[in-house]
Amino acid sequence: MKNFIKLLSIITIVFITTVQSNSAEKIDYLKTDWSFKGLFGKFDRGSLQRGYQVYTEVCSSCHSMKYVSYRNLGEKGGPEFSDAAVKAIAASFEVKDGPNADGEMFMRPGKLSDKLVMPYENEKAAQAANGGAYPPDMSVLVKARGGGVDYIYSLLQGYEDAPSGMILDEGVHYNKYMYGNKIKMSAPLSEGIVEYGDGTEATVEQMSKDVTTFLMWAAEPHLESRHQMGLKAIIYLIILTILVYFSMKKIWSRVETEV
Amino acid sequence: MSDNEYIPKSKFGKWFNDRLPLLSLASHLTDYPTPKNLNYWWTFGGILTFCLITQIVTGITLAMHYIAHADMAFESVEHIMRDVNYGWLIRYIHANGASMFFLAVYIHIFRSLFYGSYKSPREIIWIIGIMIYLLMMAAAFMGYVLPWGQMSFWGATVITNLFSAIPLVGEGIVNWLWGGYSVDNPTLTRFFTLHYLIPFLILGLVVLHIWALHVPGNNNPIGIDIKKPSKDTVPFHPYIVIKDAFALLMFMIVFAFFVFYAPNILGHADNYIEANPMVTPAHIVPEWYLLPFYAILRSVPDKLLGVIAMLSAILILAALPWLDTSKIRSAVFRPLYKQFYWILVADVLILGYMGAMPAEGLYLLIGRVATAYYFLHFLVILPVLGFKEKTIPVPLSITEPILGGSSNLALAKNKESLDK
Repeated sequence: MKNFIKLLSIITIVFITTVQSNSAEKIDYLKTDWSFKGLFGKFDRGSLQRGYQVYTEVCSSCHSMKYVSYRNLGEKGGPEFSDAAVKAIAASFEVKDGPNADGEMFMRPGKLSDKLVMPYENEKAAQAANGGAYPPDMSVLVKARGGGVDYIYSLLQGYEDAPSGMILDEGVHYNKYMYGNKIKMSAPLSEGIVEYGDGTEATVEQMSKDVTTFLMWAAEPHLESRHQMGLKAIIYLIILTILVYFSMKKIWSRVETEV
Repeated sequence: MSDNEYIPKSKFGKWFNDRLPLLSLASHLTDYPTPKNLNYWWTFGGILTFCLITQIVTGITLAMHYIAHADMAFESVEHIMRDVNYGWLIRYIHANGASMFFLAVYIHIFRSLFYGSYKSPREIIWIIGIMIYLLMMAAAFMGYVLPWGQMSFWGATVITNLFSAIPLVGEGIVNWLWGGYSVDNPTLTRFFTLHYLIPFLILGLVVLHIWALHVPGNNNPIGIDIKKPSKDTVPFHPYIVIKDAFALLMFMIVFAFFVFYAPNILGHADNYIEANPMVTPAHIVPEWYLLPFYAILRSVPDKLLGVIAMLSAILILAALPWLDTSKIRSAVFRPLYKQFYWILVADVLILGYMGAMPAEGLYLLIGRVATAYYFLHFLVILPVLGFKEKTIPVPLSITEPILGGSSNLALAKNKESLDK
């Protein structure tokens, strides 16, 4: 029994370290405290709301978020804007609908069920407007990058002057954390580019943290309920395991073998 | 099956059982005499059954919401993750369930290797097991293609391209597999149907695997033939059932940890990028459970020979009952084999690590040495060891060493012969 647990834990550790070493490059990303990590991790509501503001006012001019709907912004576990606020947010966007009875496409104010309006009609249009580089959709961006939130958070603050000797083409920028250090996106955030309604100071660091938190939620909208359910499930399993363990001991006490 | 004649108590039960002996089967399964010294490594059979059922149930549920179309697959997975009630839970159980399934199957296989469970009279159980393992790999590979992310697409491209190594007809076979001239919608739809089919084939083989097991009965840690039923056995229910349940629950705690707290750690980030035939990922890496074989494939410079080496690495296992010439089953009584066994475990882990690294420089070299050793173990070391090894005397029954109060098994055996 003891040997079994010992061996099993060795296997688990080897297993996890092997898996983690799979994410090939080891880069020291900037660190910050993410409220959503850990067994009890939850989103910081204020940060989500500010992050949404940064996304809308800055990122969304190039980056779509096509799997997220306006209604999600009011749902539990998300930014949790009030119903009225979400309706107002949705209505502030023009959505192409149709065809109507005359066979025409028309514009109307957004509804809760609409997906977030995309900045470009399609991928080609996005590329054409951005010097050939497609600004990736942000719905699952955090999960689609090896370093996850730390990578996005660092990237946003990783703009620097290129080291001497490195020649950058026009429209290409140097970023410490980008794969290959060359990025087509110019530094998106600068001090005070947005004005937070709650009085938080809009430093680049603060905005990076807020928008990354928002992106984490966009990629994992059920993260909070996952953590809550996980805790309950694991506690339940542990209690049941203990009960079954003693039942087993009782049953096996009839035969003279150690379990 | 078992020698006991079961007679149902009720009249209806007897009537039914005479026509379809389901009650006899149930009785056989509950009474099934099991060696009482089975350790926890033997609980993985039950755990694997749990894994298979979990995959089938979650998989069927996912199939109700998934759309097998190149333009819609990725989006439908996001739909499951966001809008389907508890869709995220079902998908994460299914995705991590595949990893848990392989973790359990590797422990199950290596348990068999340690205790010689593949040896006579259990060769058929072992060969069916290898067939299940092959089908599992096929099912897992095709399942990984379904979300239609970048790794799905490029993994499918790399693996199907292996068939092009076959001389003359290779290209034709690849096009036939793809249903076109590249991995595209026809590939996705056929992978989906096969991914749905294979688990039921596995289920059928699992029934045969257990049936074949119930003929000779379980092997056990000291690897001796035992009389059944006897002092050495306990009925399957409740003894083994409760022990399996306990082990399963511990396994489920690990499983739950992955599902709820690290659901994406075993996957690759690139698979959250929608498949794009125009962009190749920097490193195309298979899922962790296929890495050792991927390392073997890449360690051979020639494509065709590489494919042959990879396939042989798996198929060689089917010949294991005849490659291992030792009559003694359990490694407990084979001091030399025990050492080689652990070297093999290390070798496979090294291969897995090399499979995850880029195939260049030192990684490639170590991968080649490890590949060579893998085959050396099965083709040279095992056959020779059976003749050369000095084994420790094996006790005559399970109860002997325990009742004798002595852990010295050789002593127990001497005592037995004195008693006679």
